[in-house]
Amino acid sequence: MTISLMRLALSALLGLVLLGAGPGFVSEGRSQGAADIAPAVARFAADSYSDTEAGLAALALSPNPQAAAIVDAVGDGRLVFDPATKVVYVKTKAGGLTDAATGAAVTSAPADLKTVRLNNRVRRAVEAAAGALALASPDAAKRIDAAGAVFKSRDVAALPALDAAIARERDTDVKAALAQARAAIILTKADAPEPERIAATKLIVDRGDQEALALLAGVPADASPALRTAADAGIEKINRSLAFWNVAQNVWYGLSLGSVLLLAAIGLAITFGVMGVINMAHGEMVMLGAYTTFVVQELIRTKAPYLFDWSLAIALPLAFLFTGLVGIAIERTVIRFLYGRPLETLLATWGISLMLQQATRTIFGPTNKEVGAPSWMSGAFQLGQLSITYNRLCIIIFALGVFFALLVVLKRTSLGLYVRAVTQNRRMAGAMGIRTGRIDALTFGLGSGIAGIAGVALSQIDNVSPNLGQGYIIDSFMVVVFGGVGNLWGTLVAAFSLGIANKLLEPFAGAVLAKIALLVFIILFIQKRPRGLFALKGRAVES
Amino acid sequence: MLEFLGRTTKGIGALAAAAALAASISAAKAEETIKVGILHSLSGTMAISETTLKNVMLMLIDEQNKKGGVLGKKLEAVVVDPASNWPLFAEKARELITKDKVSVVFGCWTSVSRKSVLPVFKELNSILFYPVQYEGEESERNVFYTGAAPNQQAIPAVDYLAKEEKVERWVLAGTDYVYPRTTNKILEAYLKSKGVKSEDIMINYTPFGQSDWQTIVADIKKFGSAGKKTAVVSTINGDANVPFYKELANQGIKATDIPVVAFSVGEEELAGIDTKPLVGHLAAWNYFMSIKTPENDAFIKQWQTFMKNPKAVTNDPMEAHYIGFNMWVQAVTKAGSVDPDKVIDALPGTKQPNLTGGVSEMLPNHHITKPVFIGEIEDNGQFNVVWKTDKLIPGEAWSKQLEGSKDLVADWVQLKCGNYDSVKKVCLGTATK
Repeated sequence: MTISLMRLALSALLGLVLLGAGPGFVSEGRSQGAADIAPAVARFAADSYSDTEAGLAALALSPNPQAAAIVDAVGDGRLVFDPATKVVYVKTKAGGLTDAATGAAVTSAPADLKTVRLNNRVRRAVEAAAGALALASPDAAKRIDAAGAVFKSRDVAALPALDAAIARERDTDVKAALAQARAAIILTKADAPEPERIAATKLIVDRGDQEALALLAGVPADASPALRTAADAGIEKINRSLAFWNVAQNVWYGLSLGSVLLLAAIGLAITFGVMGVINMAHGEMVMLGAYTTFVVQELIRTKAPYLFDWSLAIALPLAFLFTGLVGIAIERTVIRFLYGRPLETLLATWGISLMLQQATRTIFGPTNKEVGAPSWMSGAFQLGQLSITYNRLCIIIFALGVFFALLVVLKRTSLGLYVRAVTQNRRMAGAMGIRTGRIDALTFGLGSGIAGIAGVALSQIDNVSPNLGQGYIIDSFMVVVFGGVGNLWGTLVAAFSLGIANKLLEPFAGAVLAKIALLVFIILFIQKRPRGLFALKGRAVES
Repeated sequence: MLEFLGRTTKGIGALAAAAALAASISAAKAEETIKVGILHSLSGTMAISETTLKNVMLMLIDEQNKKGGVLGKKLEAVVVDPASNWPLFAEKARELITKDKVSVVFGCWTSVSRKSVLPVFKELNSILFYPVQYEGEESERNVFYTGAAPNQQAIPAVDYLAKEEKVERWVLAGTDYVYPRTTNKILEAYLKSKGVKSEDIMINYTPFGQSDWQTIVADIKKFGSAGKKTAVVSTINGDANVPFYKELANQGIKATDIPVVAFSVGEEELAGIDTKPLVGHLAAWNYFMSIKTPENDAFIKQWQTFMKNPKAVTNDPMEAHYIGFNMWVQAVTKAGSVDPDKVIDALPGTKQPNLTGGVSEMLPNHHITKPVFIGEIEDNGQFNVVWKTDKLIPGEAWSKQLEGSKDLVADWVQLKCGNYDSVKKVCLGTATK
């Protein structure tokens, strides 16, 4: 905490210093700048990708303050030109138009303006140019990004600017990033002195990630033996450390997959596990939850865009209520007549699932619906060599949260007590004055509601389409059966162990075989232990 | 009085004209129509893609009727729903041909649905227009393939990546079924023939509807960090694409690092997702909505009016139906009959302007000539065409890259054979099937 605060203060200070130096530097640039960038700017009007690339490369080295604005404009598709006069303009973010070469505002815009076109090559050039230009940015975070961009582009032309940036840099983190960028350039520069290149490999090896690996692997085989050995040693060192991180990564992915399985299965653990209803419409409850999220987001987009970051929080209770009510309706109208007749229940709920799917298709159309991610759920952070995305982390936490909340409901509330009483011994519970029919409906509603909130979470990682539920129904049954019917803890353990096993198998066997292997394992396991991992014991089970 | 008389005669005349018109309409109604079967899934998994094709057929038929129909008869659409159920496709096809007596069928999307209806069309001798890009290795007398064969999509895309993006390492990722497997086999053989080593090719298959791409994307990232430029050639099927691209964005792989070129991602698929993280990834098609030609502008406008949705998008298989339908109309007009044998004979050689400024021709192998475009995804869900072939590419039924099919020739005009072995000089016929 203190370190980051200090860094903040430091960068602020640095910013002030640079700002102070700014005007002098800028005016110096402008005297020669306008003439300087005119030929580069003219290339944008040629309407060819290679000319645009050349123009960007020239701008990257220009001290002209206009350069950064032009590079930005190319990247955003805001750089336009007049095909007739070949004059290049920048569309400002505010909607105005400025002459690219001079920076002067233009009042009367020519009629037929063409946008400077982008492709991946041009985008790479934009990144490299923006990186080279941002090396002098007063913002430390921007300088680190810039160092990253230069590291990626390995543009030899950026070397003088990089050296200057390293000389004046005081922030140690930024300096390290800049030094790495420099090392990347030196390493790929064939005519750099050999001792320098070998020193560069050391810096690259310290980075220790896959990009470093790519760089070292890119050292040509015909390079000097000393350099080649240094690179090979580096590759081996990185590979050793990456092997560890690979396992860590697979376990993390397994946890993430496990949390998705847990979310999908947890509602079913109630309707199938506790109540014993073979509920084929479970997946559709998940789907309805996802569509509730979509509807909520649509309303927020049109009515109250400022609430968008809260859309998932708003959708959660609504999805729970809506799918819970649908669940109660299904229980009251269909399932209650079928208790004790598993085959008929299976067919009836399967029919309901088809009806719900087609109804959704008719109302919302067959295409995928876009459910956006709130800003706090996008992006990733780095843990060693492991990049952890926020949305996966949120889903793991959320799945565990739902699980424990459900556990509390079943173990600590009177509803939970009634549910357990009714499912363990219906007649005795009835004799004690519990309205068993009402409890059945509420339990089914609870299971469906939880499937609904799972849908809210799954809308973040999967397609929101009428088929959403189908993808989860088999996995859900697999988890519940494997964990032991009627046991919530079993569901938790089963979800995470299946998730991790799948992800550890996948790198060796491929996605298709891993899934098959897992299914075969479960079939064998069920043969041995028909009641799953954690079998319920007692008379209730036997009856 | 005179004036009054004049008015009455005029009135009577108008009445008579109206009566005549009504009579002619009822006559036309009573008269036999030409029935056109539409065999696209309107429910189930494939509804997402196929519903649009049903609608575009209805629009084309409607438009043709406004022009006076075909051979002086109105066209009548018969729509059935095979519900994404492959055996049901065959049943519904039989129903269309025997019960509804349709003259032609436009339909199918997946290769497995096409394979399932093939025997029906052969047995009952009817005509199927198939509008989707597919894996090739087929040429049937009763089927006309208006979508792309592998040499009209996959191979030009790979050429583009090798030339323009200087790609040296290839990930061939696909859903586990016949189209990706055959396409990847062709691509692998093609890449190897171009000097790419086996260790520079990674092939990966995933189940239908794969939603957890973390491991695979991490593998791609690892594969891409070998110091050579890497690209992904994706034959991943519709629904699984969204989580795939999301995961790419999550793990920070941008199009500028590892571009993905897709063969099944079009405007329709992009309509439902946030395209910001996808910008710069590529798709290879024979048509893009963003291509500016007068024909395309008119088609888009007509489509959006027909759908009553100013944001409705058009895509490649829709254009294929547009070309196929117009070729069929021409052939029927030329043959002067809807008799399947006469129409099948009249179809090869028919020329139809496509929507991107060229003229497509039906070839003797029942495939058509098409231009190939490479587009980069833009943030508005459209494609920016970055490359195109200079001329139209004729579709090849049998891939030159595969052992066992490189010697085969399909020619229904001269040879009357879909799989003529040019080495043994013999028509294999149905013997190999």
